[in-house]
Amino acid sequence: MSNLIEIRWHGRGGQGAKTASLLLADAAFNTGKYIQGFPEYGPERMGAPITAYNRISDTPITVHSNIYEPDYVVVVDDTLLDCVDVTSGLKPEGAIIINTTKNGDELRAALKGYEGNVYKIDARKVSMETLGKYFPNTPMLAAVVKVSGIMSDEAFLEDMIGSFKHKFAKKPEVIDGNMKALEMALQEVTKV
Amino acid sequence: MGIRERLSGNEAAAIAMKQINPDVVAAFPITPSTEIPQYFSSFVSNGQVDTEFVAVESEHSAMSACIGAQAAGGRAMTATSANGLSLMWEMVYIASSLRLPIVMSLVNRAVSGPLNIHNDHSDAMGARDSGWIMLFSENNQEAYDNLLMAHRIAEHKDVLLPLMVCQDGFITSHSIENIELLEDDKVKEFVGKYNPEHYLLNDKEPIAVGPLDLQAYLFEHKAQQAIAMRNAKKVIAEVSADFEKLTGRKYEFFERYQMDDAELVIVCMNSTAGTAKAAIDELRAQGVKAGLIKVRMFRPFPSEEIAEALKGAKAIAVLDKADSLNGAGGALFEDVVSGMYVNKTHVPTVNYVYGIGGRDTTVKDIQKVYKDLEEVAATGEVGNPYRYLGLRGEI
Repeated sequence: MSNLIEIRWHGRGGQGAKTASLLLADAAFNTGKYIQGFPEYGPERMGAPITAYNRISDTPITVHSNIYEPDYVVVVDDTLLDCVDVTSGLKPEGAIIINTTKNGDELRAALKGYEGNVYKIDARKVSMETLGKYFPNTPMLAAVVKVSGIMSDEAFLEDMIGSFKHKFAKKPEVIDGNMKALEMALQEVTKV
Repeated sequence: MGIRERLSGNEAAAIAMKQINPDVVAAFPITPSTEIPQYFSSFVSNGQVDTEFVAVESEHSAMSACIGAQAAGGRAMTATSANGLSLMWEMVYIASSLRLPIVMSLVNRAVSGPLNIHNDHSDAMGARDSGWIMLFSENNQEAYDNLLMAHRIAEHKDVLLPLMVCQDGFITSHSIENIELLEDDKVKEFVGKYNPEHYLLNDKEPIAVGPLDLQAYLFEHKAQQAIAMRNAKKVIAEVSADFEKLTGRKYEFFERYQMDDAELVIVCMNSTAGTAKAAIDELRAQGVKAGLIKVRMFRPFPSEEIAEALKGAKAIAVLDKADSLNGAGGALFEDVVSGMYVNKTHVPTVNYVYGIGGRDTTVKDIQKVYKDLEEVAATGEVGNPYRYLGLRGEI
């Protein structure tokens, strides 16, 4: 299963990391992939560190365990850098994508010697400008799609509009903002 | 051709129930099976099923309501986990002794205490002698498929026993994965109508259900239950063969993975079997003759067939996701080795208790078991047969 891509999400309860992992699974599924999307359930409280996972592959996936050596790590909240070993097992040829306003040196210092690729995005800025509220998961979803190249930007955006129409059937007024958040995030994510 | 979808295990179970469209569903929410009655109740309120949904105040009442509905002549289903099954206990035995083919989704979770909401098989293992047919499912697809086959097995006139379909709590119940669904009309045709021979609401044939049954008859009735359980093997094989014709998906009493020339064999159930397959793929690439028996049909237990399948092995590890706390081995281990003994399969066999309370089991963990088996095979010595996998510290 050399085509297998494994992704680990770190967020805080209430930030939508689980939802983002399920949306990513959805989007990859819609491009014909085999997918898994699952959270690690623990004490579920607002603000507590949570972990969610994705496996994406061209062939059926049989493994049913958490992911310890991910290809990509997504950090939805940079305060987790102080208390969670976010790069644990992260492959050196992989990448970590962080929602932060910290600069490159600060990030490298916080990542305690991780030498692989580091990407950052100010998901708060993207979210506030497009949604008027702080929902970091939507920009982070776009960022990980961009960095991992799981699918093209076009295919991703086309698929997400369908997902949002379904997910937000009862509040269609937020669909435009979420689509703008994705489009902006695809541009904003930068390599450190 | 089937419908390509992506669903969690709980969604898959709820959709199977929607397509089955039973007369009655009675359930009480408990993690991690809560979503099944939750999704199903929305199918009821949206008019997508004709089912009478009974929102009971406890699991004891859930099983009682299923018993009443099934005895009346209806098709009844429920879902639960762990302590929910514990609270049903009295009625679980009554359901099977009254020969009522109720179907349950059991989303496996550790039975308290201390309180734990995560997966192991202690709930199912507690029910192993209750007279229910028990089918285990590696993933969402198998949980769905087993449910579609459940009524035809349970309701067969030679069986008439309740049936539970197990899947791993959270690990598959809450993981979104690919699945192939059947069209509604195909499910309806495959499952068929329920035509009970005897039922309470038949005014042409007044009957009593569950009266006093003392020394004169209980023994005979229990023997009939046991015979029905033996009969279930043939029926499960037949229904599974029909299901394969419909879907192309083959289900046997147990799945053999890389067993043709396997020397080192793991026997396990549910989602761990998938992880074991990935471990085996890697080991096979290194030339290790690793194989897997994934038990689907745990009750009735396929003793002779498993013993036969294990004959060519040099060392065997049976993985139990529940500790029987009996000073000896886990439930699956004891069933496997007693079947081997009776059927004269003499291969060194060890037991691993693993994954208790949701302790994660990885490909590396499984490969460690195969490594241990290499040593057992080389020396022919089992050493301590009662082992742990993934336990911290020394015991």
